[in-house]
Amino acid sequence: MTAPLIDVRGLSVDFGHKSHATTVVRDLSFEISRGECLALVGESGSGKSVTARSLVGLTGIGSTVRAERLAFDGTDTRNWSDASWRSTRGDRIGFVLQDALSSLDVLRTVGAEIGEPLKLHTTLSRRERTAKVLELLRRVGVPEPELRFGQFPHQLSGGLRQRALIASAIAAEPEFLIADEPTTALDASIASQILRLLETLKGSSTGMLVVSHDLSVVAQIADRIAVMQHGEIVEEGTTEAVLFDPQHPYTKSLIAAVPSPTSRRRRLSAVDATAAVAAPRLPRPDSGSALVVVENVSKSFVGADRVRRTVVDDVSFSVARGATLGIVGESGSGKTTTARILANLENPDSGSVSIDAVSWSSATPAERSRLRRQVQVVYQDPLSSFDPRFTVSRIIGEAVAASGRSSRSERAARVSELLGLVRLGPEHSDRRPIELSGGQRQRVAIARALAAKPTLLVLDEPVSALDVSVQAQVLDLLTDLQDELDLTYVFISHDLGVIFHISDEVLVMKDGRIVEAGAVDDVFSRPSHGYTRGLLDALPHFDSARA
Amino acid sequence: MTILRRISTRLLLGVFVLWGAATLTFLALYVTPGDTALIILGGPDARPTAEAIAQVRQDYLLDEPFIVQYLHYFTQLLQGNLGESYRLRMPVTDAIGQQVGPTAVLAGTAAALALVLTVAIAVLTAQRTPWLRALVSGIEVVLAATPSFIIGFALLIVFSFTLRLVPVGGGDGLVPLILPAFTLALALVGSLSQVLRNELEDVLEQPFVLTARARGMRDLSVRVKHALRHAILPTITMSGFVLAALLGGSVIVETLFSRQGVGGLMLSSVYNKDLPVVLGIVLISAAVYVVVNLIVDILYTLVDPRVVTS
Repeated sequence: MTAPLIDVRGLSVDFGHKSHATTVVRDLSFEISRGECLALVGESGSGKSVTARSLVGLTGIGSTVRAERLAFDGTDTRNWSDASWRSTRGDRIGFVLQDALSSLDVLRTVGAEIGEPLKLHTTLSRRERTAKVLELLRRVGVPEPELRFGQFPHQLSGGLRQRALIASAIAAEPEFLIADEPTTALDASIASQILRLLETLKGSSTGMLVVSHDLSVVAQIADRIAVMQHGEIVEEGTTEAVLFDPQHPYTKSLIAAVPSPTSRRRRLSAVDATAAVAAPRLPRPDSGSALVVVENVSKSFVGADRVRRTVVDDVSFSVARGATLGIVGESGSGKTTTARILANLENPDSGSVSIDAVSWSSATPAERSRLRRQVQVVYQDPLSSFDPRFTVSRIIGEAVAASGRSSRSERAARVSELLGLVRLGPEHSDRRPIELSGGQRQRVAIARALAAKPTLLVLDEPVSALDVSVQAQVLDLLTDLQDELDLTYVFISHDLGVIFHISDEVLVMKDGRIVEAGAVDDVFSRPSHGYTRGLLDALPHFDSARA
Repeated sequence: MTILRRISTRLLLGVFVLWGAATLTFLALYVTPGDTALIILGGPDARPTAEAIAQVRQDYLLDEPFIVQYLHYFTQLLQGNLGESYRLRMPVTDAIGQQVGPTAVLAGTAAALALVLTVAIAVLTAQRTPWLRALVSGIEVVLAATPSFIIGFALLIVFSFTLRLVPVGGGDGLVPLILPAFTLALALVGSLSQVLRNELEDVLEQPFVLTARARGMRDLSVRVKHALRHAILPTITMSGFVLAALLGGSVIVETLFSRQGVGGLMLSSVYNKDLPVVLGIVLISAAVYVVVNLIVDILYTLVDPRVVTS
């Protein structure tokens, strides 16, 4: 029997000095054979990225790696010199990080970045390297490789950038490929393409390690899954076994956290997944009267190249009181502009938007200010909309003050009431945004939006930057709040799974137009437009991934 | 925006800056107390005759209203005529022209030295063990805070008087340039390398640096080929400060090391109220400032391709 490609026994990684060291990875063991793909799954901070980095000796400054065995292709790497590591990295082990815009050097051309491992590890001439890079670009499915070769990373779309990053990792034909969150920053259909690409790259003699917080992502390519929590592997097995017969409660909660059409009306973040299924939410009462009516709205912008582009093209829809309308589409489909027009942050070129039978365009100033309080927006990245010097209570207190209440004690009471609504304790009120986790920040953003007692929340990608398990908690919170406060939601996302989970009605947007609209079950079971069918195919649902 | 458009906008702005500098210095000259005619004639000690004074007042348009003097000064300026030195009895352009060479050599050498030292120190000390960083950054703070004449004295005492490695001052060639250039450069290195190291340490935390390391690149190459280019951008922006430090510092350094140069000329002209020369030096400094900033702007677009396209 040949030695496994990767053999890890009792791996621990500490950060910091002896007395106040924190252990990030604890007593980890796993193997990866040639031709096999192992997935490390867990939420942020579970130690999965550090584990991946320890396989290339790049755990970073201040880290201590201990292991009984840490072998690559039968050779123990524990006492490797810097030179041994360097000759292996990029040549025999390729490494793909998430978010290609920050993982590629934006000051260098795509060609130079991809060609760098060749420059370091081969004796190819400049011309041969160029030819090889063009071939690599073709292999990872980048159209017009000659054009892309001389471009800079920011001139490429997110999907093409990620492909270029992968091309640079496989340039020297490594035997082992590590992909750390390779699809996290990408739209669903692009992510699915990238996963398919990784799958084709996994040849019979190469091994692969994929790191992700999203079980549904790794389900598509992994042979085996190891679930990590607090620096330890809590469950490991074949993909089928882990997905269909999970043993550990944490694995079960991760599986339950993935939103999908089949998870509708079900809590995602319950500790016990079986109990969650047993407690279905009732469909919301629909009074039938529309809160939001959008009629023939169009909007165009003049771009940097002075070409006028229609971003929203003759869009009409309505949202019933107490219901959730999901708007799904890829980047550039016009969904965010539609949301901005709804909240009157942008004026449409033509068409009208009315909330509660009052049109933004014909409203009196008094009506306008009432509407502004009634319609609140929550964004993807709340951090950039918070003053970093403000505490949580001040951030929310400001919004409370703006909504027209007065005395200091009333305000303080309202702030703690709002914190309670979003399930944050009083201990969070004195923290600053930077001291909060992503999920907590989003809760603060929601609390701030609720300060004015709105009837309509416009949620623009509110969970897209979050881990699946945190996303599950925020989605559950939104569902609860809708019931408690009788809110109407317009929920925008590129993630079809999230949209299907949370929405009653769905709009599918493409190039500024609505290509499909209807009740969520109808759209899911009988999509009429080819584009929707394509999105549905790209939807990672592991019930069918391995069937 | 294309590079050409960027440059032409900057050029227009530069012309405006020059006009402003010229007008301000002219105003300063106009309101300065003291009879200009007396100064031209060699000061009160020269006891010029009343006729001579009247002659000078007529020649130099001193009795005309302000606006006539200003317009005259400006038309002269546009023809490249900076006027005549009161003291040296020669055109200001010649007076400065004779001295500009040594100063340019000194400032250029100091700038190059500062750049090399800054990059070397920052690249070698970024993210190193705490005690090394603390030591180096302590030295940097001292250098940045010490007036350059003290640095110069210290260098003189150590290298000229004690070790006798280089002459005390004067002379031609490269050897006498060493101490003055280091004096000018060290003060700059003190502040620049701190900025560059902090930037480098931020950049070295970026994911693309990890990508480069994961390709098998050696640490020094990662720093020089990837990180440095990102980190140097804010340092390039500081070139205005660098230029001001070089021009201001050269006055002191040239005096200290008794070197020829614009600094010495500036000093003696100020002492002797030779205002046309002072005015000329201010204008030329402003012009250099505008040109350097223009070059920096072009450099910026070369280093960061995103500046042009976005």
